Amino acid sequence: MENPYLPYPVRIDDIIVESEDRSLKTFKFVFLDPDDEARFAYKAGQFAELSIAGVGEIPIGIASSPVEKGFIKFTVNKAGVVTTHLHNMKVGDIMGVRGPLGNWYPWEMLEGKNVLIVGGGFAFTTLRSSIIYMLDPANRSKFKDITVVYGARTPGMLLYKDELIEWEKRDDINVHITVDGTDDPDWKYNVGFVPPITEQKAPQGDADSYAIVCGPPIMIKFTQPVLETLGYDHDHIILSLENRMKCGIGMCGRCGIGRELVCKDGPVFTLAEVNQTPREY
Amino acid sequence: MKVIKIEKSDLAAGLDKLRGGYRLFGPVKDKTSHGFQELAAGQAPDLAFQNTRLSPKNLVFPQSETLLAYSLDGNDPEGHIAREVDKDYSPRAVIGIRPCDAKALTLVKMNFDTDAFKDPYWLNLYNASTFVGLACDAPGGTCFCTTTGSGPFHEEGLDVLLVDQHDHFLAKVLTDKGEKLMTAAGFNQSADGDAAVEKAKTAAEAAITTAIVTDSLAAADPMALYNADIWEDIAFACINCGTCTFSCPTCWCFDIQDEAQGNKGVRMRNWDSCMFPLFTMHTTGHNPRDTKVKRTRQRFMHKLKYFVDKYNAGIMCVGCGRCVRQCPVNIDIRKVSALMNNVGDAAKCAV
Repeated sequence: MENPYLPYPVRIDDIIVESEDRSLKTFKFVFLDPDDEARFAYKAGQFAELSIAGVGEIPIGIASSPVEKGFIKFTVNKAGVVTTHLHNMKVGDIMGVRGPLGNWYPWEMLEGKNVLIVGGGFAFTTLRSSIIYMLDPANRSKFKDITVVYGARTPGMLLYKDELIEWEKRDDINVHITVDGTDDPDWKYNVGFVPPITEQKAPQGDADSYAIVCGPPIMIKFTQPVLETLGYDHDHIILSLENRMKCGIGMCGRCGIGRELVCKDGPVFTLAEVNQTPREY
Repeated sequence: MKVIKIEKSDLAAGLDKLRGGYRLFGPVKDKTSHGFQELAAGQAPDLAFQNTRLSPKNLVFPQSETLLAYSLDGNDPEGHIAREVDKDYSPRAVIGIRPCDAKALTLVKMNFDTDAFKDPYWLNLYNASTFVGLACDAPGGTCFCTTTGSGPFHEEGLDVLLVDQHDHFLAKVLTDKGEKLMTAAGFNQSADGDAAVEKAKTAAEAAITTAIVTDSLAAADPMALYNADIWEDIAFACINCGTCTFSCPTCWCFDIQDEAQGNKGVRMRNWDSCMFPLFTMHTTGHNPRDTKVKRTRQRFMHKLKYFVDKYNAGIMCVGCGRCVRQCPVNIDIRKVSALMNNVGDAAKCAV
């Protein structure tokens, strides 16, 4: 019997400080046993438990993309016991990764459709995974228009800045970067909260269009009416939920929203599905 | 189905014969109450009990259990790599489990044995165990198993069912596992006991006089139940002590924690409870179930609605009555279910 609690041993291969306040770091892991990479085959939107012996585990969305090989990446906000410990680890340290866990964005359903991605703050990790996946030469033709609205408090708090700037220049994806505010006179992108920028920049919704929304609760709350006005039905609005988790495999019971478990039945739900559950997340 | 007669005077000797091939577990009285524990050499199970204070779920789901172990020594090539630990999954015999509690394990199994993932710890212990049930002839005043899909002579989840006949037991052998155990114990005196067992069963079922009403729960709109105005009253006296969840044979929620001293550590799991605020507390301090009303509602909605909807196998309750007896503020799942059922009557799903 395979043991779903047993993490794959990994080595920290690289650590990138993502944000000016140093609260966000991206950890790149390589598997100690190269065969584990195939066992860890994942899809964009899934998460994993990062596992540190003697400290504990945390569920974190996978920021690398299935089309990137040889490593996996996670961007982690320093917040609690395990994430703080992880932030203090160094390249070469050994830890574990358990997964992939949960469901993923509905890629088969999204094929042939327009995809709008709306992200805020550091909830951009599985969205990065998704964008890299869709822009891969083998995949780009499967999707119609791809639009991204991504915002953070300040320019220094944006994740994956180099990639954002590169995407912004491309003509096969419409990227709208925004910040809540900045005193940088050279800032050449948008200034404003994500919901109004979405209202200005996002294409109209229709039967062939889906929106994937990830961000802080306040952003989701004010983005929902914007998307409704744009014509996105609730079953065309896709959310990725977070909840406190332990097992990640649907057994320990704490992440339930009604009969659904965020870790196993989610984390990806349509707004129409979430409307049918007690919103206990 | 095979029925075997076991003289009570022969029981201890038969159990002793099992010890070569089985670890034995059974009810033992400790001061004021019974509980399941491993039987030492020569120790017989104390079958003069109505039911144990805590359910026997700890036999397959210990309250604390080591999952993984690791070294934290930086010079150890295995350092910081969690590994499985050796466990004893040799055959076990559980003697005297009540039918409600055996049925409860079959409900809990749905959680730990899924298509996507199998919990090896729970399943290995469950599969290593042969369950010898003891039929209930004198159910308690808070027992309502017959309206939960269980019963005092219910056979689901059991390998053998013992029926007390004063000076002897009639043993219904229900599975191959049970057959093997009876053979190993040397119990082989066939008996024509079907009529006697049926008579005792009918009498026991008649002795259960209270019921849980659940007929409108499956069709009820879950959000109508969730938003019903019944929860404030139900939770008013609740102190979120968790006694109900810890004594319940069908509650399975757990926590995972690392414990390390010096250069060695383990990852373990411990029973947890939806009654506790920390169960759902996010690192940010946000807590989706931040009040006792929400936590109390979660427990009853899980048992009587979410589980019903998820598995289509009835409620997540076997009517053992432990939570009813042991709740310090007298919250009674039968009354809660009746209130929910009333809401359900008024709010059937459109589909």
